[in-house]
Amino acid sequence: MRPEAVEAMLPFLTERFANPSGSHGASRDARRGVDEARDVVADALGGAPGEVVFTGCGTEADNLAVLGTVRRHGGVAVCPAAEHHAVLQAVEHVGGRVVTVDAAGAVDLDALADALDESVRVVSVMAVNNEVGTISPLAEVAAVVRERAPAAVLHTDAVQGLQWIDLAAAAADFDLVAVSAHKFGGPKGVGALLVRGGATVEPLLMGGGQERDRRSGTHNVAGIVAMAEAMRVTVATRTETVARVQALRDRLVDGLVARVPGLRETVARDRKVAGSAHVCVEGVENESLLFLLDRAGVCASAASACSSGAMDPSHVLAAMGVPREVASGALRLSLGWASRDEEVDRVLEVLPASVLRLQPDRPERPGAGVEVPVP
Amino acid sequence: MSGGVDSSVAAALLRDAGHEVVGVTMKLWGGESDTGCCSVADVDDARRVAQQLGLDHVVFNFGDDFAAHVVEPYLEAHVAGRTPNPCVECNRHLKFARLAERAEQLGFDALATGHHARVLPPAEGRGWRLGRGADRSKDQSYVLHMLDQRDLARTLLPVGELRKPEVRARAAALGLRTAGKADSQDVCFITSQHGRRAFVGSRRPLHPATVVDTGGRRLGEVPAVELVTVGQRKGLGGPGGGPARYVVDVDVAARRVTVGLRDDLLVGEQDALGWRWVDGVVDGPALVQVSAHGQPRPATLVVAGGGVVTVRWHDAERRVAPGQSVVAYDPTDALVLGGGLAA
Repeated sequence: MRPEAVEAMLPFLTERFANPSGSHGASRDARRGVDEARDVVADALGGAPGEVVFTGCGTEADNLAVLGTVRRHGGVAVCPAAEHHAVLQAVEHVGGRVVTVDAAGAVDLDALADALDESVRVVSVMAVNNEVGTISPLAEVAAVVRERAPAAVLHTDAVQGLQWIDLAAAAADFDLVAVSAHKFGGPKGVGALLVRGGATVEPLLMGGGQERDRRSGTHNVAGIVAMAEAMRVTVATRTETVARVQALRDRLVDGLVARVPGLRETVARDRKVAGSAHVCVEGVENESLLFLLDRAGVCASAASACSSGAMDPSHVLAAMGVPREVASGALRLSLGWASRDEEVDRVLEVLPASVLRLQPDRPERPGAGVEVPVP
Repeated sequence: MSGGVDSSVAAALLRDAGHEVVGVTMKLWGGESDTGCCSVADVDDARRVAQQLGLDHVVFNFGDDFAAHVVEPYLEAHVAGRTPNPCVECNRHLKFARLAERAEQLGFDALATGHHARVLPPAEGRGWRLGRGADRSKDQSYVLHMLDQRDLARTLLPVGELRKPEVRARAAALGLRTAGKADSQDVCFITSQHGRRAFVGSRRPLHPATVVDTGGRRLGEVPAVELVTVGQRKGLGGPGGGPARYVVDVDVAARRVTVGLRDDLLVGEQDALGWRWVDGVVDGPALVQVSAHGQPRPATLVVAGGGVVTVRWHDAERRVAPGQSVVAYDPTDALVLGGGLAA
């Protein structure tokens, strides 16, 4: 977590502990924390404070957007096949339409147009893909949807977006915007959905009527305050962070491509956010590679972990048309605001040696001048 | 680590012996499961045990391999009227092959499991040997009969030296929640709710068959010839009363199940296919076991070539359902000599 966020939340775990929905002074004090946070989140997402609905996580925000819209208004939900499961499964749950993506994982605009008609009530397109880092063409998506499905509400799962792109601008045409605190230096277990004027959703949780009847349940005050502070710092330093992390990422990926035979970038860098490095290593099973990296202190990922903790084959890579045997060598190396030069050095040292161990018989690429240091 | 008490204690014993131990759970089955080694609840148990023991724990997804080497052959065996033993095939293709090879690739010296059996090191001119577990009533050497010299050299079976109550006592002493967990019984990918018939029937066509006696007289019908097992006594739809009748033959192609009296099942010899020897060929007397907890019976092994071994029973025995494991032990009933699948 960002230290500013930790510091911001501590008073709400101690002396400012009250329930913000109460009527006494202590409650009013906690309420002020929530309301100040709401202002920060509204500014960062380009909305009004009354449009911010605090949730328990990004998944809840996505579910509220998709399920909440269909339950309130009926109609059909639509999303691309490479969405996060929080959207994909919600759309499938209400019998919606899933459309194809291009080789980079971004929605195929023609396929999207074909799937749209007057019956469509919500279209959900992620801002940034969580596995491969591809940025969606949100403005083009909005134009297609407004033309072909005038009744539809536009939702974007921007959980991977806020830390890299200006959502207030990029998602200006979207009615619903979901974010999650832990992706930008806040705590786990808190998120938000921006519900722009005019859009209404059926709540998923019934009860005390918090968040203007859109999300009942006692506020996670400390989490909300910390999310807002992390968001404030993220937005204030974003330009600098993106430039710095992009340089780190480029050095990392360039170094890996030069040192590891059979390693390829999955998506061209000009279509991705700065913090995403996604590669596929030929002839290597990523479970084995992840294990060796883990033992060497490198925390990496492959696809997304299933409930058992095992790596499931990536639905994102499958949707992109990546063959299963290539996808089995997929590796996600994510960088963030806290990433440092030494960490890139360490991966450049450990990863080539680990791959070599898993494919010892592979002839090295001619002319690559590969030297593999042993960690 | 399956999440059960045996693999939990195996891990603890190795840790206490000073080994660098990493717990592994194989994710084998993505579908419905309520028991065995595949369910999320069992992975949770395994992870919690590893945490309590201070061990790293990882989950490897071998779902594709499991489907290809265990589930598909299981279905094909039923289609052919055989009676498959998927746990044996899982040991053969997954645990002691895919997982063992990955462990070796990742730099581990050995693979340990919670099986009740013993690995005996080379001695007196003999190679690695596979022995029954110290707890004869829980012995699982039968399902490990396919392990060869290379497999045994990299396999550790620490709980094989303990009796089951001792295993549970150690788990309890370590404060492990799995101490009182029931033993797994059934095939892990078949749920108790829906059963074998639903599993096979939703993946392969099942066909009704005529039940006849050994004289060819029609007695009734069964709904799925693919699910009938040689030796089966129940669910044959025949008239009640009279002496017990057993399935003596299943002919899937002719859609015919033949039943007979107990004596009609008796045979003097039994062929086994795909035979593997643990530590060299043994032509001669042995004790032969044909089910997981069955009584071993005296026989003479005759090597017929081509991986076929003929078991000549000293006294006539019931015919073994095709596909079941036939496992030979030495005449003292202590060591596995080898095994194969009933023809």
